[in-house]
Amino acid sequence: MKNAVGREIPEKIAGLENIKLYQGEFAYQPEGNCRGKKIRVGKPGADKVLASIDEAIEKTGLKDGQTISFHHHLRNGDYLLKMVMEKIAAKGIKDITVASSSLSPCHDFLVDYIEDGTVTALETSGLRGALGKYLTKNPGKLKKPVIIRSHGGRARAIEAGELKIDVAFMGAPTCDHLGNATGKQGKSAFGSMGYAMIDAACADQVVMITDNLIDGFVYPYSIPQTQVDYVVAVEEIGDPEGIASGAIRLTKSPTQLLMAEYAAEVMEKTGYLKQGFSMQLGSGGASLAAAKFIREKMEAKDIKGSFGIGGATGIFTEMLKDDLFEVCYDAQTFDTTAIESIKENPRHLEVSASFYANPWNASPIVNALDVVILSATEVDVDFNVNVITDSNGTLMGASGGHSDTAAGAKLSIIVVPLIRGRLPMIRDHVQNVVTPGESIDVIITDRGIAINPKRQDLIAKLKDSKLPIKTIQELQEMAYEFVGKPEEIPVSQEDKDIIAVVEYRDGTIIDLIRKPLI
Amino acid sequence: MQENANKVLIQSGTAGFDEKNDILVTVAPGQAGQGITVKLVSPVKFQYGKQMEKVIRETVQGAGFSDVTVDAIDKSAWDYTIKARVLGALERGMKK
Amino acid sequence: MIDPKTKLRRTMMFVPGNNPKMINSADTYGADSLMFDIEDSIAVTEKDTARLLVAEALKSIKFKSETVVRINHPTQTPFGMDDLKVILPAKPDLIRLPKLECIEELNLVTAEIERVEKENGWEEGTIRIIAAIESVKGLYNVREMCKHPRMVAIALGAEDFIANIKTNRTKTGIELYFARSEILMAARDAEIQCLDTVFSDVKDMAGFEHEVSNSRDMGFDGKSVIHPKQITEVHRLYTPTDIQIKKALKVLDAYEDAQKNHKGVLAVDGKMIDGPIVVRAQRVVDQAIAAGVNVEEKREQA
Repeated sequence: MKNAVGREIPEKIAGLENIKLYQGEFAYQPEGNCRGKKIRVGKPGADKVLASIDEAIEKTGLKDGQTISFHHHLRNGDYLLKMVMEKIAAKGIKDITVASSSLSPCHDFLVDYIEDGTVTALETSGLRGALGKYLTKNPGKLKKPVIIRSHGGRARAIEAGELKIDVAFMGAPTCDHLGNATGKQGKSAFGSMGYAMIDAACADQVVMITDNLIDGFVYPYSIPQTQVDYVVAVEEIGDPEGIASGAIRLTKSPTQLLMAEYAAEVMEKTGYLKQGFSMQLGSGGASLAAAKFIREKMEAKDIKGSFGIGGATGIFTEMLKDDLFEVCYDAQTFDTTAIESIKENPRHLEVSASFYANPWNASPIVNALDVVILSATEVDVDFNVNVITDSNGTLMGASGGHSDTAAGAKLSIIVVPLIRGRLPMIRDHVQNVVTPGESIDVIITDRGIAINPKRQDLIAKLKDSKLPIKTIQELQEMAYEFVGKPEEIPVSQEDKDIIAVVEYRDGTIIDLIRKPLI
Repeated sequence: MQENANKVLIQSGTAGFDEKNDILVTVAPGQAGQGITVKLVSPVKFQYGKQMEKVIRETVQGAGFSDVTVDAIDKSAWDYTIKARVLGALERGMKK
Repeated sequence: MIDPKTKLRRTMMFVPGNNPKMINSADTYGADSLMFDIEDSIAVTEKDTARLLVAEALKSIKFKSETVVRINHPTQTPFGMDDLKVILPAKPDLIRLPKLECIEELNLVTAEIERVEKENGWEEGTIRIIAAIESVKGLYNVREMCKHPRMVAIALGAEDFIANIKTNRTKTGIELYFARSEILMAARDAEIQCLDTVFSDVKDMAGFEHEVSNSRDMGFDGKSVIHPKQITEVHRLYTPTDIQIKKALKVLDAYEDAQKNHKGVLAVDGKMIDGPIVVRAQRVVDQAIAAGVNVEEKREQA
């Protein structure tokens, strides 16, 4: 059966239940209630601080076949997942589903746990490094396809009970004896605990693991003690260098800067750069660099923005500090400058992943967003976007907040070079769809800008500008003139070679990631 | 216009660099009658391997050579770069 | 057909000719001209491959900007004439001669260009020449050389020139003042364009702005640049301001009105307007139009 972006999805996929096909950004109407935590009784005088991760695993009664979760706020400096998996494996526990909000190259060791049967399923936003390559080549090693979800989609799945977490293991840079935790202080500080908040609220049991267990009280707390069952103190939960090394610098690449400037121009000429506008910048070079040009225009025209959405970097928090924006809603804090900001600036707010992007609550903040600037691993002539696999079909990226913000924003901009190396970035069909074309309004390349034909209003506004506006087919042709049309990568059509399902934010399946035959 | 295809390389010649968008090409005289043999390593082999080999062969032939081995380490070079580097390597292979 | 003598050359971006990555992206930054270098940025051992790479690039890519190739000196090096053999058939718009010193060099290169034009059935004058003065000897011959029929522009190459006159570059640029002035006069006398030298400290944008403003005020038509961010800056400095445009439009409108109604003396805003002021006003409007400014919109706003 073909879904609404033209991808063929089988009716049955081994290991998955209740397959629903993507029908449109807001087509699916859910019913029912959110799932709640298991009821437990916290007794007076009980001490939730345990001696070790070992003890925590025993106390939670973790057994074969269960689902554990982690947040990815420690990014590529995470030690926690490894520490916990080592203990789980040592106890001979098997058939575990790891539902981390995302995975980084520091989690490549999971390959070994998949090989020996400790881990049999993964649910995550991203797959990279050696783990990504391994799964691309070996789809059958897990008992079912990986489930790739966006940040908003994961929050939805957890709150609605589709992803049931038995034990959530959480890294906390600072925690008190009662279990109140924060990410803003401690040697492993990482800022907002947005992704952890959902797990803490919904997982059946929560183990807080910290490298800064304080005698006093944590306030303000990001995770309240009422949601935390056990606390364990360890030496280090992560490597500060890998968590947030210094302040992220603006790119110097002339190509990235060129596209960033175009992005700011498009915002201005379409009228979205106006008094009280809101924006979100993706973490790619061109997206972040757009801040520089947007700032120049705001200062020239005396424009003050309303809110920004994180992942926050110092580039945005400096604008917040300088009163160019009133508020920042932050689910993930990327660098040391931004971490300092969320700690000190009351207008820099910590929000959960659900507040950020869950499509199944009264209103996630992405719904109020004016402009988002995102990148891509590739796009196609229908404006569909891939951010999870490269042009060879290898897993190397993440769904992240891409489809969430693109769906919510009034103006969704993609910045991507026309050609990377020798590969044209505008394909007939992307390898894998993560964000559907109907969410994307403008694609900006270094050689021209294409506007989605469904936005005749933008086409009209930009037609007399000096910007290099072209049709998406013209841009594709231009690339082919430089490098020729590429041969297509053959991909296995056998169901046993399905590596992952890409869930759209509403839980429907927007695409499958199949094994490339190369 | 194809030149008379009877040039013979004097020695091996190398041109290009192991850098992004370039291609490191080494040509060497082949056995008489062996024709043009191409060995290509490339990060875009699946997408452009056939095309790149075609450019290499046509360039060698167009320059008037018939028995040449070509060893190419590609880093995503466009066609004009491949042609230029092959011509450069052949020229160096003819320098006395 | 754009006249090669008067087309806009505010920026001539330097592209190292042996670097395919930079050649591939050269056209994306909006420079008026692209100068592919197979001379000083190329090691002696790579002169042969660099000229091939640039030639193949020119044959295969339809560049939007004007294409210029800086070849090696035709008589002072063993590479220049071989460069022409390979480059000319690839049909660049201009050949750039470094270290030009005497008219014989121009004649030698012109003869070669003419031969290739005839051979390929191209219109005479298809490929023109821009040359750089990089020595005192060159400077002393500049007036005659600028008048050569193939010349469309003359440039200053400061680094070699400074070495030749045995001094250093300073922030004020006093060491180049005479050279710049002399080259500019020769260019205007011969009715060709005049381009200023490269500013190599890419980080010092304040110093860059200072130098570009000065040479613009002296009368230079443009500048050689080595980084895309310098392009935007030069274009900005070479675009007349709104105030300048509106004032110029006022002058031109008043002049046209005076002509129609046979008025004699003309005054705008209390100032006498005579011939040179009208010519200057037209030049401002032409520059604005060339820079893509919507001049009619400015006229309505005035």
